[in-house]
Amino acid sequence: MIRIAQLSCGTEYSGVQKEIEKAAETFGAQMVMPDVNLDDIDEAYEKFGLSCASSSLKLMIARAMSLVEGKNEADAVFICTCFRCAEAAIARNEVRRLIQNNTDLPVVTYSFTEKTKASELFIRMEALTTVVARKSILAREKQEGLTLGIDSGSTTTKVALMENNEVIGTGWVKTGDIIGCAKEGMEQAFEGTGYKLDDVEAIGTTGYGRITIGKAMGAKLIQEEISVNSKGAVYLADAQKGEATVLDIGGMDNKVITVNNGIPDNFTMGGICAGASGRFLDMTSGRLDVDITELGPLAQKGNYRNAILNSYCIVFGIQDLVTTLAGGASKADAASAACHSVAEQVYEQQLQEIDVREPLIQVGGTSLIGGLVDAVHDILGGIDVVVPRYSQYIGSVGAAMLVSGLKDTDIDDSKRFK
Amino acid sequence: MKVAIFPPNSMILADMIVRSGHEPLVVQNQMKEKVTSPDLDAPPFNMTEDDPINGLKYAAIEVPSGVRGRMSLFGPIIEEAEAAIIMNEAPYGFGCVGCARSSELTVFSLRRKDIPVLELDYPTSRDDTVEMVYKINTFLDNLENNGEDEADD
Repeated sequence: MIRIAQLSCGTEYSGVQKEIEKAAETFGAQMVMPDVNLDDIDEAYEKFGLSCASSSLKLMIARAMSLVEGKNEADAVFICTCFRCAEAAIARNEVRRLIQNNTDLPVVTYSFTEKTKASELFIRMEALTTVVARKSILAREKQEGLTLGIDSGSTTTKVALMENNEVIGTGWVKTGDIIGCAKEGMEQAFEGTGYKLDDVEAIGTTGYGRITIGKAMGAKLIQEEISVNSKGAVYLADAQKGEATVLDIGGMDNKVITVNNGIPDNFTMGGICAGASGRFLDMTSGRLDVDITELGPLAQKGNYRNAILNSYCIVFGIQDLVTTLAGGASKADAASAACHSVAEQVYEQQLQEIDVREPLIQVGGTSLIGGLVDAVHDILGGIDVVVPRYSQYIGSVGAAMLVSGLKDTDIDDSKRFK
Repeated sequence: MKVAIFPPNSMILADMIVRSGHEPLVVQNQMKEKVTSPDLDAPPFNMTEDDPINGLKYAAIEVPSGVRGRMSLFGPIIEEAEAAIIMNEAPYGFGCVGCARSSELTVFSLRRKDIPVLELDYPTSRDDTVEMVYKINTFLDNLENNGEDEADD
């Protein structure tokens, strides 16, 4: 049983404690509260140096210190506090740093509301348990045999067929019917390769529809996107050794993952604001009457400073675009402003939560929008941004690569999920 | 009289109130109702999503869920209170609600209510402790007298 230490404030009174425990149990883990003596709380938080007015935050800090000092043991750490609490946000972030700087425990942070349900926590808990329990699978650096990866995303379904460390076929379908899209994507991937589904030695699935597709297809690997995407990214960018950051601005949520020797050690996920997602750029291209594939080159010709885009909201942001175009701004400037806006929000909401390590590997469909990649590069002070070949197929390539390590084993994830 | 206390789970204050013949309004009563409810299974406190929503009566939607969840327990106590004793700067062992914002709102709500309120700082010496006990007992005795006076009227 994987033991996840819970460092939190407000979970019981928000009615979410049971949801957290349920999410952990779903992935074979158990939440544990590190024991601390009442007398040790003041000493621990004074030693830490952050003065908090709330005693539950002091307790959270004392529990973190007990992990760092080895008084309590755990395999991973989950840090969570109430959404909208400024004091808790500061403590949460500093406790995360404390754990990361002083232990090698994987950490996930989250801010919850009373509406938080176990299902929203699944990906975080799954990623935490994966890093702990599947370290050997994640250590794989090479694809072998004939394997297929399916990434069922919120906007698109991607498929990659790999043979002996090469991508030999790909499929890209707008997500609708989950199984139907996977089949269509597979048909595209097999086209011209001479192979059919029966020839495939193992299938790996990831993305929102991973369990549904994985069960239907008998996938040996059904894995959340955090570990699969990070693995796919470092594999394609040839950055399996050392440190890197993976940035995936998706259609519905964004992921930032830091990686050390190919293993994710921290990540953040955003998913509340559509204005900070690929969806915003999709809508922008519609408003500018250009295909999404043309938006990047168009943005690269423009200057975001010439277009007023004051709102981060997807609704008001598009209204701002309409207004700025009506005011005489060029399409190129508007496209540049849209890319800049998304990059800025990803920076403000997520990249600041994580210690960005070079190189930054940008992946996912949005990594093909050159204007967005340039905007990320600028906003991060000109750091090295790498967009590897097949970056839009990152999840499916990662799944195909990882599952090749399972093809000759008894591991069968399609039987793991009921 | 029904006397609310802060911290709302202070057993020492509750005991003093009982000894003076009044009824202490403590959060343990609210918690007991929750944890013994056979309909719910959300340990440790059996609080669910509904509780922070009920707390909207006492704190706005932009207030964190943990504060609203606590206020769903403390709010009815404040409403019921006919008098209150507030102990400021108390250590955890004396009683604690875990959240500074919930504490501020609870204390503020008691202060703005038109009821007799005794506010004290937690004693740090023996003399201060003796004085604190004296002040609390005097306050509680006067409540009784006031209550009897009102009854006589």
